[in-house]
Amino acid sequence: MNRFSYARPGSVADALREVASSPAAKIIAGGTNLVDLMKYNVERPTHLVDVSRLPGLKSIEETGEGGLRIGALVSNTSAAYDTRVQERYPLLSSAILAGATAQLRNAATTGGNLLQRTRCYYFYDAAVPCSKREPGTGCPAKDGVNRIHAILGTSDKCIATHPSDMAVALAALEAVVKVAGPRGERDIPLADFHRLPGDTPEKDTNLGADEIILAVELPEARFAKNYTYLKLRDRLSYAFALVSVAAALEMDGDKVVEARIALGGVAHKPWRVPEAEVMLRGKAPDRMVFETVADRILLGAKGYGGNDFKIELARRAVIRALSQAAAGTPQSQTDKRIQ
Amino acid sequence: MADLEFLARQGFAPDAGPPKGLPDEIPITLTINGERRALHVRPWTTLLDLLREDLSLYGTKKGCDHGQCGACTVLLDGERINSCLALAVTKDGSELTTVEGLAGKDGTLHPMQEAFIEHDAFQCGYCTPGQICSAVGLLKEGHAKTREEIREMMSGNLCRCGAYTNIVDAIEDVLAKGAAK
Amino acid sequence: MQQTSMHETHVGSPRNRVDGRLKVTGEARYAAEYTAPDLAVGYVVSGAIARGRIRSVDTKAAMAVPGVIQVFTHQNRPRTAWRAKAYQDEVAPPGTPFRPLYDDKILYSGQPIALVVAEDFEIARYAASLVRVTYETEPHETDLGKLREKAYKPPKTRSGMAPPPPRGDAEAAIGAAPFKVDESYRIAIEHHNPMEMHASTVVWEGDGKITVYDKIQGVQNTQSYITHVFGLSNDDVRVLSPFVGGAFGSGLRPQYQLFLAVMAALELQRSVRVMLERDQMFTFTYRPDALQEMAIGANPDATLQAIRHDAIGCTSRFEDYQESVVSWSAMMYRCDNVTTTYKLAQIDTYTPGDMRAPGAPTGMFALESAMDELSYKLQIDPLQLRLRNYAETEGGGGKPFTSKELRAAYQLGAERFGWSRRNPVPRSMKEGRELIGWGMASGMWEAMMEKTSARATLTIDGRLEVGTATADIGTGTYTILTQIAADALGLPMEKVTARIGDSSLPMSPVEGGSWTAASAGSAVHVACNAVRETLFKYARGMDASPLANADIGRVAFRGGRMELMADPSRYVTIQDTMRAGGVDRIEAEETAAPSRINQLRYAAYTHSAIFAEVRVDEELGRVRVTRIVDAVAAGKILNPKTARSQILGGVVFGIGMALTEESMMDHNLGRFMNHNIAEYHVPVNADIHDIEVIFVEEHEDKINPLGVKGLGEIGIVGTAAAIANAVYHATGKRIRHLPITVDKIIGEKEAA
Repeated sequence: MNRFSYARPGSVADALREVASSPAAKIIAGGTNLVDLMKYNVERPTHLVDVSRLPGLKSIEETGEGGLRIGALVSNTSAAYDTRVQERYPLLSSAILAGATAQLRNAATTGGNLLQRTRCYYFYDAAVPCSKREPGTGCPAKDGVNRIHAILGTSDKCIATHPSDMAVALAALEAVVKVAGPRGERDIPLADFHRLPGDTPEKDTNLGADEIILAVELPEARFAKNYTYLKLRDRLSYAFALVSVAAALEMDGDKVVEARIALGGVAHKPWRVPEAEVMLRGKAPDRMVFETVADRILLGAKGYGGNDFKIELARRAVIRALSQAAAGTPQSQTDKRIQ
Repeated sequence: MADLEFLARQGFAPDAGPPKGLPDEIPITLTINGERRALHVRPWTTLLDLLREDLSLYGTKKGCDHGQCGACTVLLDGERINSCLALAVTKDGSELTTVEGLAGKDGTLHPMQEAFIEHDAFQCGYCTPGQICSAVGLLKEGHAKTREEIREMMSGNLCRCGAYTNIVDAIEDVLAKGAAK
Repeated sequence: MQQTSMHETHVGSPRNRVDGRLKVTGEARYAAEYTAPDLAVGYVVSGAIARGRIRSVDTKAAMAVPGVIQVFTHQNRPRTAWRAKAYQDEVAPPGTPFRPLYDDKILYSGQPIALVVAEDFEIARYAASLVRVTYETEPHETDLGKLREKAYKPPKTRSGMAPPPPRGDAEAAIGAAPFKVDESYRIAIEHHNPMEMHASTVVWEGDGKITVYDKIQGVQNTQSYITHVFGLSNDDVRVLSPFVGGAFGSGLRPQYQLFLAVMAALELQRSVRVMLERDQMFTFTYRPDALQEMAIGANPDATLQAIRHDAIGCTSRFEDYQESVVSWSAMMYRCDNVTTTYKLAQIDTYTPGDMRAPGAPTGMFALESAMDELSYKLQIDPLQLRLRNYAETEGGGGKPFTSKELRAAYQLGAERFGWSRRNPVPRSMKEGRELIGWGMASGMWEAMMEKTSARATLTIDGRLEVGTATADIGTGTYTILTQIAADALGLPMEKVTARIGDSSLPMSPVEGGSWTAASAGSAVHVACNAVRETLFKYARGMDASPLANADIGRVAFRGGRMELMADPSRYVTIQDTMRAGGVDRIEAEETAAPSRINQLRYAAYTHSAIFAEVRVDEELGRVRVTRIVDAVAAGKILNPKTARSQILGGVVFGIGMALTEESMMDHNLGRFMNHNIAEYHVPVNADIHDIEVIFVEEHEDKINPLGVKGLGEIGIVGTAAAIANAVYHATGKRIRHLPITVDKIIGEKEAA
């Protein structure tokens, strides 16, 4: 780890000032990804701003509009086991429990989870080129080892994926990220929070360098009955998703009123295709329909050799997830049989 | 194609800004295995390195230093975490229990330690302190009841010797005996 | 055994580990956990390119960091032995060993190119990031698949690794056989990844003397490596490894962190510790991949007519690492026409090395997969096919076995597994969405013994200490040596201390190859017997000794006494005996060696029959191993508890090999890219379900006085094949390239 100074501001305002004080300042909360990356010399901040004790960001509260506001510093564990989350947003609870381990979930925060960086091997290895880590050096993953890489929304400069499970569920639930910056507070819809790599793969999100996440807000719950989080990976636990699917359906009898489908492990951000979701409206859940929806979601998917299989895997995962959601039999994160 | 010439150059520039050289150490207090300690730490010292390098508490193991193996698991304010990913300075005021703090003062082993011995839930012993701390954390959480749940909730602790089934036996045994503290 | 008492012996009984308490309390100390006044910490700088030269190294910025003591590179390293041979450790394969910081040549990606020594770990790690290096790159090759034409027969054979001579005419017999399988098989490169990262702590004792705590499977191997490379004498160097946090072969040869730590300590005249990072655990030895071609021919009655097994294994450019990949195909079954070849091809990596049952799971994956394929062609049960071709002697025409209860293992394993309820038709068993598959395989591993010495010391307080320089890498060596010693003198285990992992103890080979129980165990056994005989002599010579005319064979040693078996009321205590004899300690050092005659006359192997159940969600490519039954025939089981753990561990290793483990090489960069244990997938707890271990009764009296064969390797040998066979039974898909990952199950197109 490089040398850096450390500050522990007592208020959000102070934290914003600390962050603005140095261009290479970094915010630390749980530290589960940042400290990891600092040891690999992937992150070399000169100033660390410890926000872990900021007041008011550690609770889960009602929004007043029927939704729930999860403070940025709420641990992944606390969010996953919160009874309101479990009852009203079981998809979110399930997705969080599909990720990482009990130890990591205890330390990792809601805000930090959104900001975790890709697990691309090349990004993680400071000895090799990577345009996300060092702009302009290129992407060796494209013709290298790319089993875990993206099939959608890639660019010539980067084929990394976003590794979060939680963010995939939040995308399906249309959460909103509340942020504070020097110019005040603003809302970023989750769909716009993460970005595609394009020509600037070094930027993972649309959060300003001088901004801090305050909370994630969930709109009124609609998908507590027909949902699933299906995660496929290279071992049965403690591995990042090759493909994951958050599926949520609002049903009226045997007809779909509204559908949300977000994919993880396939792109630089949780992948949603609203046009595909609309295709389910008014339909009875049926494999044929699911297949059409899956094909629409994966329109334009492109493999790089090692990850070609993900296209077919993602297609099948969408179909399975939709049938789990429609049947009201969400995937268990402990029973490794897939329903 | 990536810039393979990149490979031909290696190494970082030294940090330009402050702090230069050895920065001032920051005073913190930690209660470690019941003992309150006033310590001075540098900001980049992890809890794991503090325990091992500075306090010679080698019971907590370094198996990857990146949160990938669980060998460094300790209980922070009663919750299991990876001590390798926690900067000590950020945990100022916390209470820490390591494997050295599980047995009674008189040497009586914690029921989980007893169960690990009885079920031969380890071989080389290197992941063992982390497994045991993790298992103690798991008992307190109360989410794991079945073998299946134990397996999933203990998946953050790798054991290369492959003692997993015995680890689950040991934890199930302690759960069954209700011996959890 | 000499023990004929009615009382339960420690040997053969389940016993908790004697080092258990130390391990569960965190008191057990591993190589990086020793300290010394003024201890400096070294951090290794790893290279980025696969082949070429270091053009420049700039250490100025690193040296300028306060707290940095020295940065060692090839330019300023102290002089060491110049002859490559000096670097050849006890188990080195033929070739020129890697010499760290030797010159500007880059031989593989991740090669250590500098060592930063500083006042503490964090300073060293930071300064290491400031070492600026430029390289001149040269073309490299890391793709074994491209080197088939360049394969060669190693000019110098590693001892015991030559493929067996051909017998009969395999080519003709395969051609003539009405049923045949002829396929290619591959495994993936694997890294050992013991949980403890490799580390060495070198304590500077002054006066040119050092004490070294090394992560090593043989302290005397480390000791002789250091003395040869650095020109020291045995008196100057003491090496200890009381606890080793797993190794699985990675600790057989002294690794580069040892060299660097010793070099720095000698040069700085100061204690130095070097611990590798996890990514650096991918920068030395590994299990090599091999290109394998396997052909088997059979008659309609399912008798094997011919076996041909050709393998090309990968090695480095500087050493010819060799392992037994193909020899199993010549020994496992009765077959008159067998030919095997084993070649090497060089890639730009570090030299591969022994990893748990080196070569065996690789070769047996091919053989046992091919046997399974053959069984479907013959429409015979896979187990019946094996029984039909059961070898009563080595390969059916070779040496007789010292013992072989594989038939019983097949039978017991099949019974416990419920094999008879198996529907032979692939894809015929299903529950919910999952296809269920049952597969089986055989395993074998050589039962070896190596010459080993041990010392036993009985003191008048009734305590016995035994010692030999072997290691306990988690295998339970401390415990079984304690059991053997306790039985020999009839003491409770609490009165016995086993000391190992110290180069000053009597000579022992490296701990490996599953020979430690046989070798160290036998040495302790004979040393204790010598003490026992001396003690008995004193007892007989005592005034009015109740044992005066007794024969040692009619005397029981138990509870700290020697008593007449016929009349236990006639006894003397150990203490009275020693007092009467005027001694307060009886010590003996003895050496146990295998019987050369028996080695020439017999073949000795452990065997296993392994049965696996998998559940496959075919649509989503998820394979779960839900049940394993492994029946093992391994002679005398010294401690059923730790023995079972050894097999469990081997099976878990095999599950990893079958399903998840793969070191992924970027051939453009010549670098393993998933060099961490988040992306190199060692099985986690959730991956492991029910594993049942059965030890078959096997009377063994030819290979060593204990009748023990060893268990470290046999658990892994057939596991991957059994799982692959189960996957076929479940899905009808034959996967001949490990690991069996999602992509291979779902294939490119919709599954059938």
